[in-house]
Amino acid sequence: MSKLNRRNFLSLTSGALAATSLGFPMLSLAGTKRVVIVGGGIGGATAAKYIRMADSSINVTLIEPNKNYYTCFMSNEVLGGGRDLDSIKFGYAGLKKHGVDVVHDLVTGIDPVARKVSIKSGSSMSYDACIVSPGVDFRWEAIEGHSEAVIDKVPHAWKAGPQTAILKKQIMAMRDGGTVAIVAPPNPFRCPPGPYERASQIAWYLKNHKPKSKIIILDNKPKFSKMGLFTAGWEKYYGFNSSNSMIEWVSGDAGGKVASLDVAKMSLSTDAADFKADVINIIPAQKAGKIAFTAGLVNEGGWCPVNQRTFESSNHKDIYVIGDSSVAAPLPKSGYSANSEAKVCAAAIVAKLNGKDSPEPSLVNTCYSIIMPDDAISVAMVYRMGKDGKIMKIEGSGGLTPADSSAAMRKREVGYAHSWFNNITDDIFG
Amino acid sequence: MKQKNIIKNCLLLVFSMASGVSLAGTPSASMLADTCAGCHGTNGISNGPATPTIAGISNDYFIEVMEQFKAAEIPSTIMSRIAKGYTEDEIKLMARHFSGMKFKRKPQQFDSKKAALGKKLHKKYCEKCHEDGGRKSDDDAGILAGQWAAYLQNTLQDYTSGDREMQKKMKKKVDSLQKDHGNDGLDALINFYASQQ
Ligand SMILES: Cc1cc2nc3c(=O)[nH]c(=O)nc-3n(C[C@H](O)[C@H](O)[C@H](O)COP(=O)(O)OP(=O)(O)OC[C@H]3O[C@@H](n4cnc5c(N)ncnc54)[C@H](O)[C@@H]3O)c2cc1C
Ligand code: HEC
Ligand code: HEC
Repeated sequence: MSKLNRRNFLSLTSGALAATSLGFPMLSLAGTKRVVIVGGGIGGATAAKYIRMADSSINVTLIEPNKNYYTCFMSNEVLGGGRDLDSIKFGYAGLKKHGVDVVHDLVTGIDPVARKVSIKSGSSMSYDACIVSPGVDFRWEAIEGHSEAVIDKVPHAWKAGPQTAILKKQIMAMRDGGTVAIVAPPNPFRCPPGPYERASQIAWYLKNHKPKSKIIILDNKPKFSKMGLFTAGWEKYYGFNSSNSMIEWVSGDAGGKVASLDVAKMSLSTDAADFKADVINIIPAQKAGKIAFTAGLVNEGGWCPVNQRTFESSNHKDIYVIGDSSVAAPLPKSGYSANSEAKVCAAAIVAKLNGKDSPEPSLVNTCYSIIMPDDAISVAMVYRMGKDGKIMKIEGSGGLTPADSSAAMRKREVGYAHSWFNNITDDIFG
Repeated sequence: MKQKNIIKNCLLLVFSMASGVSLAGTPSASMLADTCAGCHGTNGISNGPATPTIAGISNDYFIEVMEQFKAAEIPSTIMSRIAKGYTEDEIKLMARHFSGMKFKRKPQQFDSKKAALGKKLHKKYCEKCHEDGGRKSDDDAGILAGQWAAYLQNTLQDYTSGDREMQKKMKKKVDSLQKDHGNDGLDALINFYASQQ
């Protein structure tokens, strides 16, 4: 905002300059700075918009293969029956209004030396700064018998859209008394509370439509995000820990580590037992998006290390990685984090392209989880830079919904969760 | 009125230049404020249905309410956890930022019969401090007109249950409103505020 004002001020005072840039826009192109953004998801779309809002002289090109983006957030509510798929679908008209050049294509390579991005249709684009926000890719090999070829039968639904629709259809077609198996991924992964919110939402649907059915969560881990709040909610609504519980959670230590999948038999094997299910939802182990590997942006763990002040890659200059692919810990891999990281990265790039130092960052994360239509819980945190150049949590801030919060406050959180959805999606795509 | 604003703005300018020096290492106002957009909307303008718009909020009320969130003196689902992440100076920076933005009213549902009654009740019980039908922020009392109904409902619930303390004079008015009109009176007021779009 202040940048814009300064610009207006400049162009008003130096009449000659204003006349050139208004009268002969082509002439100034040589000096125009260009940012190319790979991926029009949460991180990429936010960065595109915020760069243009801060400095509309910067040319921003966003490359994204899909014409529409389906948010993962609230996709669990689609499974629970609280909303339809169209309500989580967003296009790119809003970004175009901000002057972002949206190209629907797939990025196939990034040349950090020539500073060029190449796309599937053949051409390439040069950049002054390149932002990479490709989300996650899956480690299919972690479970024997699992592969991308089976996802129509065994959906992951960890990228929303058609996958969400398939899982929903399977659950709706399931007989009363059937079993839904959810395989939760090992850390780190996109949206730590997500698998457990999913179990809650599916339980809500089953409770109302197929009350004899069961959900079994086979987990790699000994514990999970918001565990106490989730399990208390499951006890309250879904009989958790009773002999007639709708949800069963099997931890890694108790035999929840899935080793193999037999698609034909619709069964999963752990070292302890075999589990047959009517619907199987495997949320695979994860790593950075494929293009991050192609472009040499990853570390040995399969994620992208960055300078946490600017999100510039530790591996390549002038390439920035944000969102799920980046190593932004202590921030979790979430949409709120990706949105917040994008703004810090956008401000750093705008500063750099204007010959200024990168600004002091401030970040926030929040994740809401809706356990049933009148009960939501949240986790929040405020972050800033530590003296060691790493992002740190601000002591005393953030944390979970208090365990003893009243039913009325929990109900309020549902309204605020829906507001969060409306506001963050408008902040990204509007 | 205009003159008052000009003087106010000049003062703010001097203020921000001065604090710009003393606050080296502090994130800028827009850096801080942009983190709120996920919940409160871009530039503090909320798309509802419940989280309040904070654009155009009074500078003083913003500081007061953030400090109260921080100290958990007023009930909140999440703001107490968020507000604890900011220093006094950072809160002042954001206060200036959001009070300088424009409150935008978005369409929302309301019952026009209730809104008509609410208009009368507002005049009688609330207009004195929430001027111009609750549109003003100059009176440091929070903008009511066009605020999201669900948020006002939550807040009024907190006030009337005693979970959030009211100023003595406001309490007197709210008490007599409730005595004369019961909860229907509050409901009518909320509909009146929602009707201003
Ligand atoms: C079920 C579920 C629930 C969730 N709930 C929440 C929640 O409540 N709150 C929250 O904060 N977060 C939530 N999340 C997490 C959130 O969705 C992700 O953290 C977020 O989407 C990450 O943003 P991103 O930009 O890194 O990736 P994405 O949003 O996935 O965007 C990546 C984009 O890059 C594109 N792309 C990939 N490769 C290329 C290429 N080579 N060329 C061009 N484009 C490419 C993809 O098509 C995609 O559009 C949830 C996730 C799931 C699965
Ligand atoms: C996770 C969502 C979330 C985030 C992030 C968030 N807020 Fe809030 N805010 C709320 C909610 C919800 C309320 C209503 C009170 C409550 O229940 O917490 C609120 C209330 C407020 C109010 C009171 C408004 C009034 O009229 O009394 C102010 C001021 C405010 N927030 C400022 C901020 C600022 C500044 C930031 C960023 C630093 C911020 N909020 C970040 C959700 C959020
Ligand atoms: C004597 C002055 C006064 C009167 C009369 C008054 N208020 Fe207030 N009101 C305030 C002040 C000051 C605040 C700021 C918060 C505080 O101090 O508690 C406030 C805050 C509020 C808020 C919270 C705003 C927000 O953004 O969260 C609501 C809602 C409200 N008043 C409603 C009413 C209603 C409805 C009436 C009439 C029945 C009323 N008030 C009458 C002074 C008054």
